[in-house]
Amino acid sequence: MWKVLAAHVKQKGGTFPYPASLPTLAERFRGLPVLRPERCMPDCKACAEVCPTAAIEVAPALRLDLGRCLFCGACSDACPTDAVSFSREFRMATRQREHLVVSGEQQLVLAEALGEKLRRLLGRSLRLRQVSAGGCNACEADANALGTVVFDMSRFGIQFVASPRHADGLLVTGPVSRNMELALRKTYEAVPAPKLVIASGACAISGGPFVDLPQVRNGVGALLPVDLFVPGCPPHPWTLLDGLLRLLGRIRRDQPARWPMLETS
Amino acid sequence: MKRTFATVLAGQALPLREVPTLDLATLGQALQEKLAAGARIAAYFAFADPTSERDLRVMAVVAEPGDGTFLLASSPLPRPCPSLTPTLPQLHLFEREIAEQWGVAFEGHPWLKPVRFSGSAASEALWGKLAPGSGPFFAVQGEQVHEVAVGPVHAGVIEPGHFRFACAGERVLHLEIVLGYQHRGVEPALLGATSPRHIALLETVCGDSTIAHTSAYCEVVEALAGQAAPPRAMAVRALALELERLANHVGDLGALAGDVAFLPTAAFCGRLRGEILNLTASLCGSRFGRGLLRPAGVRFDLTGKLVAAIAEGLENLASQLAPAVELMFSSTSVMGRFQDTGRLPREVAQELGVVGVAARASGLALDARAQFPTGIYRFFHVPPATWHSGDVFARAWVRWSEVQRSLTFLRELLGALPSGAIEEKLPPLASEAVAVSLVEGFRGEVCHVALTDARGHFAHYKIVDPSFHNWPALAYAMRGAEISDFPLCNKSFNLSYCGFDL
Repeated sequence: MWKVLAAHVKQKGGTFPYPASLPTLAERFRGLPVLRPERCMPDCKACAEVCPTAAIEVAPALRLDLGRCLFCGACSDACPTDAVSFSREFRMATRQREHLVVSGEQQLVLAEALGEKLRRLLGRSLRLRQVSAGGCNACEADANALGTVVFDMSRFGIQFVASPRHADGLLVTGPVSRNMELALRKTYEAVPAPKLVIASGACAISGGPFVDLPQVRNGVGALLPVDLFVPGCPPHPWTLLDGLLRLLGRIRRDQPARWPMLETS
Repeated sequence: MKRTFATVLAGQALPLREVPTLDLATLGQALQEKLAAGARIAAYFAFADPTSERDLRVMAVVAEPGDGTFLLASSPLPRPCPSLTPTLPQLHLFEREIAEQWGVAFEGHPWLKPVRFSGSAASEALWGKLAPGSGPFFAVQGEQVHEVAVGPVHAGVIEPGHFRFACAGERVLHLEIVLGYQHRGVEPALLGATSPRHIALLETVCGDSTIAHTSAYCEVVEALAGQAAPPRAMAVRALALELERLANHVGDLGALAGDVAFLPTAAFCGRLRGEILNLTASLCGSRFGRGLLRPAGVRFDLTGKLVAAIAEGLENLASQLAPAVELMFSSTSVMGRFQDTGRLPREVAQELGVVGVAARASGLALDARAQFPTGIYRFFHVPPATWHSGDVFARAWVRWSEVQRSLTFLRELLGALPSGAIEEKLPPLASEAVAVSLVEGFRGEVCHVALTDARGHFAHYKIVDPSFHNWPALAYAMRGAEISDFPLCNKSFNLSYCGFDL
């Protein structure tokens, strides 16, 4: 007992008070992209040519699909005029697939809360079953990180549970390999209604790096209705937690106040 | 006398025509001799014979630890084809993989089942249409014997796989591990000319080993192009690789504590693991090192400020980690659960061709950083950390020793960083050549082998994750164990599902 306390005293850091304060992410962190199409040179396709997942297109307009984006930064490196850059804004989860497509005019539409009825049911207690369906263990690892003291999602009543029968929804990662299709469907069916599906990471949203490979289904949307899309490769734990809190109506859209954070990395 | 093997160093490409062609029996004999002398099979795969479309060849890549070289030999695959597994147990899964990919029915193979349930035409020709995870399973007969089926979806936030236990009461008589649920078809997607997508695929083939797999890819490409990364880039890669090792080892130590309900260490290590991931993010923006590596270089340089911040971060980590981990090892209730659980004897580890942490915890001093050093590891040495007992404790203790040795290595590296460029221009790849790389990831050695065609495009690409060597060892370690010890044993090996499934 004394040894445990002595070890505890030597530990630093504790739970970060999100959403009351904004965490500072690494200077080189690549979050929400900032597009400035007016800077594009005529006929320049440098960004689209280097994108590993065809997430960015220049014609008819400069557009970036966050659902496909791996946030590798190859596009901003290749851009000669700084028309594409990445900010450190980590809040990026949306309710609709098409809301993930951003352009010069179209800003990201952050996730709205569930309807009144579901919010009353799940807003203060959300139990999720995680299913990795071809996930590479990075999305899974950073979903696990929400259980550590820094993020501590349980203070919002959010928890991962062992059985789909104890769950209110699924958190799906991975492009949905064909070999996981049946298991994913069965797990979904085992969750009692009403149930949520959260697609976490580029793979679960669009297939990510594996998009269009014959052994994958290009994401969970091909099989199940999705309630929340969390972009990233993998999504930063703050991105995922922020998305979950918005879905549950625990963060208003204009909160915390520093949105949009447009400084670029 | 005719040469049996061609010798190639890491970082070198060898023209394909210089790889000796043996007949299969001679190859088997030669492999047995090499293994008896302490070498191991790093990769063994079949590919379409470039000289005649319809024929298949196998290529064996032997890692020769004595002088840090790779030995290559190939053989045409006769039809019908005898299995070499009865005399070379290390080939067990490799032959099953070849059977699944190419439809070769190895005669005399003890357990010829698919490894990934890819549903390929070759697999269907051999076994018919199979649902993932379908049997038959190795059955144990007896009045009290029952089977326990676990997975593919597990209770924790982990990847899917199916475990079929044959038990008498609580005692496990046999465990069959059935994987393939994570199969995404990465290897075929790498064929052809090098493309920006390759890096994205290698970064996610096994996400917790992003740096290890991407390094292995870069080294293979660099060998074929004849252009190494500059020294400073090598140092940045080594920094990222050791941060990856630290993050995973610390995470595993915490998870092992969590599995025996020792919560203080679980909580401390969970947080400290995140701190290490943040150091990787400070280097390249991604907690998993994504976007950092490119063939012939790295994309992000270290500034003086960043070096100081990372060095300080590591000292902070060291001072918090030691009390957190020592607390666990000084607890008798933890030690009671760790010691003698899931024992893997040294001889079995050697026979199965086990690598990495699991091998070192069974007393085998295998470590690619010491035996097959590339990049900065040629100049800064990391002595392999071993322990002899082969149990859960040994696997935990080896991780803890490696954490400390990584920290020492990084202190030395950060104090003596090479200067200069971080990227070179990549020339086109050599045509009709083969190159091998072996990178010590946190689990063990990651082996990549690439063969190019006449245009210098990838004609065949083979990835061997350490998990491919080690899953059978977990099954062995569970023999005679209590089934309730499985989660702890599984965690102590911490093998990759997607790295195996590809």
